[in-house]
Amino acid sequence: MRYILRRLGFYLAALVVAITINFFLPRLLPGDPAAVILGTSAAKLTPENLRAVREALGLSDAPLIQQYGLYLAHLLRGDFGLSYTYFPTPVTKVIANGFVWTLLLGSVSLLLSFALGNLIGIYGSWRRGGLVDTVFPPLLIFIGSFPAFFLALGLLYAFGVKLDWLPISHAYNNRLPSGFNLPFLLSVLEHMVLPATTSVLLGIGGWALGMRNVMVSVLADDYVTMAEAKGLKQIRVMFVYAARNALLPGVTGFGIALGAILSGQVLIETVFSYPGLGFLLINAVNGRDYPLMQGLFMMITIGILAANFLVDILYTWLDPRVRTG
Amino acid sequence: MSDSDGRPRPALKLPGANALGTLLGSPKAQLGFAIVMVFVLAAVFAAALAPGDPKKYVGRPNQPPSAQFLLGTNPQGKDVFRQLVWGSRLSLLIGFGSAVLMTLIAVVVGMVAGFYRGVVDDALNFVMNLFLVIPGLPLLVLLSAYLKPGTATIIFALAITGWAFNGRIIRAQTMSLREKDFVAAAVVSGEPGLSIIFVHILPNMVNIIVGGFIGAVTYGIMASTGLAFLGLANTADVTWGTNLFWAQNGGALMIGAWWAFMPSGLAVALVAFGLALINYGMDEITNPRLIAERNILRVLWKARLPLMRATPVVPHEH
Repeated sequence: MRYILRRLGFYLAALVVAITINFFLPRLLPGDPAAVILGTSAAKLTPENLRAVREALGLSDAPLIQQYGLYLAHLLRGDFGLSYTYFPTPVTKVIANGFVWTLLLGSVSLLLSFALGNLIGIYGSWRRGGLVDTVFPPLLIFIGSFPAFFLALGLLYAFGVKLDWLPISHAYNNRLPSGFNLPFLLSVLEHMVLPATTSVLLGIGGWALGMRNVMVSVLADDYVTMAEAKGLKQIRVMFVYAARNALLPGVTGFGIALGAILSGQVLIETVFSYPGLGFLLINAVNGRDYPLMQGLFMMITIGILAANFLVDILYTWLDPRVRTG
Repeated sequence: MSDSDGRPRPALKLPGANALGTLLGSPKAQLGFAIVMVFVLAAVFAAALAPGDPKKYVGRPNQPPSAQFLLGTNPQGKDVFRQLVWGSRLSLLIGFGSAVLMTLIAVVVGMVAGFYRGVVDDALNFVMNLFLVIPGLPLLVLLSAYLKPGTATIIFALAITGWAFNGRIIRAQTMSLREKDFVAAAVVSGEPGLSIIFVHILPNMVNIIVGGFIGAVTYGIMASTGLAFLGLANTADVTWGTNLFWAQNGGALMIGAWWAFMPSGLAVALVAFGLALINYGMDEITNPRLIAERNILRVLWKARLPLMRATPVVPHEH
C-alpha cells in the first residue's frame, strides 16, 4: 500500500510538471505569444472568442503567477477553450472522440505485440540455437530499424494501393450507420488491420528479445531443473514454471513501452489518417490550432501517467516482493 | 559464431585502453560499423560523390532511375541520388550531435545521482523518471510547433526528450561501482566527490556509455526523420526526413514512384540497423551472461543434444 501511495505521489508530481510545461510552452513563442497565436487564425474568430482563448491559455498582462493560477482554474474545470480547426467545437469534445480511437488501436496493437513477442521469445529460448532463435532476432531488429511511418507507407502501398485488399485511411466506413451492428464493427476491424500490423511489427522485436534473454537465465534456475527432474511435461515447465517468472521484467518495461508505442502511433495514425489523438495532434500543429495542441498534449500525458500507474498496481499484484518492500 | 581466441575475456579491463577492441571485437559489430561508415563517408565526400545542388530542379518530375539520374527524380523534379547523399550530412549531424548532448546530460546527471545518496539522488532520480514518463514524440511535436525550426533547435529538443533513458542505466551502474574497493580507497584518501566520479568511476563504465551513445544516435536519427516527415522540420533543408516529406507531399507513392521513397527510408533503416548490430556485438563480448550462453550452446552442438528442452538432458543409451 505504501508503495502504491508513493507511486501515486510521483505521478501527481509528474502531472504538475506536465501542466507547467504546457503553461510555459506558448510563452516560448517569439514576441507577444497572444498576438502570434491569435494572428494566425484571427479571421475565423470574433473578439468574444479571442478573449475566451486568451483566458483558456492564461495569456494576459497580469503577473505570471496570477496567469498560472487562472490557467489551473480553467484546467480543473476541464476547459481547454475552443478548437480553431473544428470551430466552434470545444477542445475537450474533439479530444474525447480521438481518445476512443487511440485507445482502441493502441491497446489492440500493444496486446498483440506483447503476446506474440513473448511467445516467440519463449519458443526461441526453448529451442535455443534453433531456427526461430537464430532467424527471428536479427530479422526483428532489422524490421524495427525502419522508421514507423516508412513501414506504414510500405504496408499502405503494398496492401492498400497495389493489392487493394484493405482500406488505406480512416477508422471506419462512414457510409455505414455507426453503432454496435455487425457491418460497422467489421469495417472498424478492417480499417485497423494495416495500422495495427505496422505497430505490432515495430514493437514485437523488443518483447521477443527481452523475453528470450530473461528466459535463458530463468531456465538455468534450480527450480526449473527440479521441475524437469520431476518429469513434468515440457509445456508445463516452460509456461507455468519459467515463463511466469520471466514475464516480470517485461511488465516493468510495459510502462516505458507505452510511451514508445504512442510515439510510433502518432506517425502511424498520421499516415493512415486514423482519427486518434496523434492524427489530431499533427492536424492541430499544421492548422496552428494552439488550444487543441495544448489540450492534446495534456490528455496524452495524463493517459500515459494513468497507464503507468495501472502497470504499477498490476506489478504489486504479480510480484509480492514489491508489496512488502 | 566464431571468435578469434574462443576464450571469454574478463568484463573489466584497463580503463578505456581497449575501447575500440570491445567496440569492434565481434563480426556482428564489424558489419554494423561497415554499414554506418558507408553513410558517414558518403556524407563527408558528398560533393565528390554527387556533385551539384540537391535542391535544384534537374528534369521532368517522377522519372524512374536511369543512367542520367541514378535513382530517378522526385515529384519536385529533383535528383533523388543527390538528395540521398547530401541528406546524409544533416541527418547524421543531427543524429550524432543530439547523441553527444544526450550522453553528456545522461552521464553527468546519472553519475552524480548514482554516486551521492540522499536528497541529491532523490531529486535527480525524480527528474529522470519524470522525463521517462512524459511522452517524447508528442512533446517534440509541441516543441517544434512553438520553436523556430532549425538544426540547432532539433538537436536541443531531441536531447531534452531523449537523455533520461541512458541516465537511468548510468545511475544504476554507478550505484554498483560505488561499492567497489577502488572507490572506497579514493574516498579514504580524501579525493573530492566529483573527481572520484569522473576520474575513477567514469573510465570503468565506458562500455555502457558507448552503448548508450549508439542508442542515442539511433533515437536522434529516427525521431528527427519522423518530425521532418510530419513537416515539422525546416523543409528547406535537405535531410532524409525532408526528402521523405517532399516525396509524400508530391504523392510519389500514389503515382508508384517508389524510387522517391526507398533511398532515404532505406538509408535511415540501414544506419539504425548498423548501429543496433554494433550494440549487440559489443554486448556479446562484454556481457558475461551472453559469453556463458555461447559456451553452453557450443557444448550442446558438439554433443548433438536435442535442442528442445528447458534443461539440456543427455538421452539415455540402451
